[in-house]
Amino acid sequence: MPVTLVFLGKLADLAGVDQKQVEGPLDWQGLLDELHGPLGSAARQDRTRIAVNGEVLADKAALEAENGDEVALLPPVSGG
Amino acid sequence: MFRRVELVRGHWDPNDAVGDFASQVPAAGGIATFVGKVRPDGDVEALELTHYEKLTLPGMEKLADEVAKRWQLEGLLILHRVGEMFPGEPIVCVSAAAKHRRAAIEAVDFAMDHLKSNSWFWKREKRAGVWAWIEPREQDHSDLARWKD
Repeated sequence: MPVTLVFLGKLADLAGVDQKQVEGPLDWQGLLDELHGPLGSAARQDRTRIAVNGEVLADKAALEAENGDEVALLPPVSGG
Repeated sequence: MFRRVELVRGHWDPNDAVGDFASQVPAAGGIATFVGKVRPDGDVEALELTHYEKLTLPGMEKLADEVAKRWQLEGLLILHRVGEMFPGEPIVCVSAAAKHRRAAIEAVDFAMDHLKSNSWFWKREKRAGVWAWIEPREQDHSDLARWKD
């Protein structure tokens, strides 16, 4: 089972899909290679966070995902 | 302490939820409640809240833990709608029951500030048939800063 990328909020619009499967292992550079154009720029923004299996990374450049993991891209929140 | 923290997925009535909640906290001396609605604001036709299963509800549970640590409460209710909703419809309901009023009122204020700016929800609005994502407001972050010790 590959790595599942999950796009939240406006990142889903930029990606054109809510989810995408990619072959693991996946590090930060590998993730950026998968994200083209405005999606890549949005992922690089400081305020875009990354979560692996529901744990938000303090430093997204430290991403290390294996096959079967779920990697979520989280733009700034706007709730309530 | 009685506690109920949930995501709401369809039409709902916060008054029913608060009524049920009140019956669960007989020892309370007071109950404070805030209900947030989709503001009937000019040309907004609809609003959609997206959430992320693995983070949103667990984050709300952590927020409830924090509220329960800071104030002595008899009960805490946090309900948040997700999905598409229309002007005038309720989005969020927070209710806190305590022996005395200040704890209840402050707990609700704290929970709302954190739900607005520090919880995993993404909001978009439809105007003239076109959806647009809502960016976080600076005001939400300064509201949050009020609670930093």
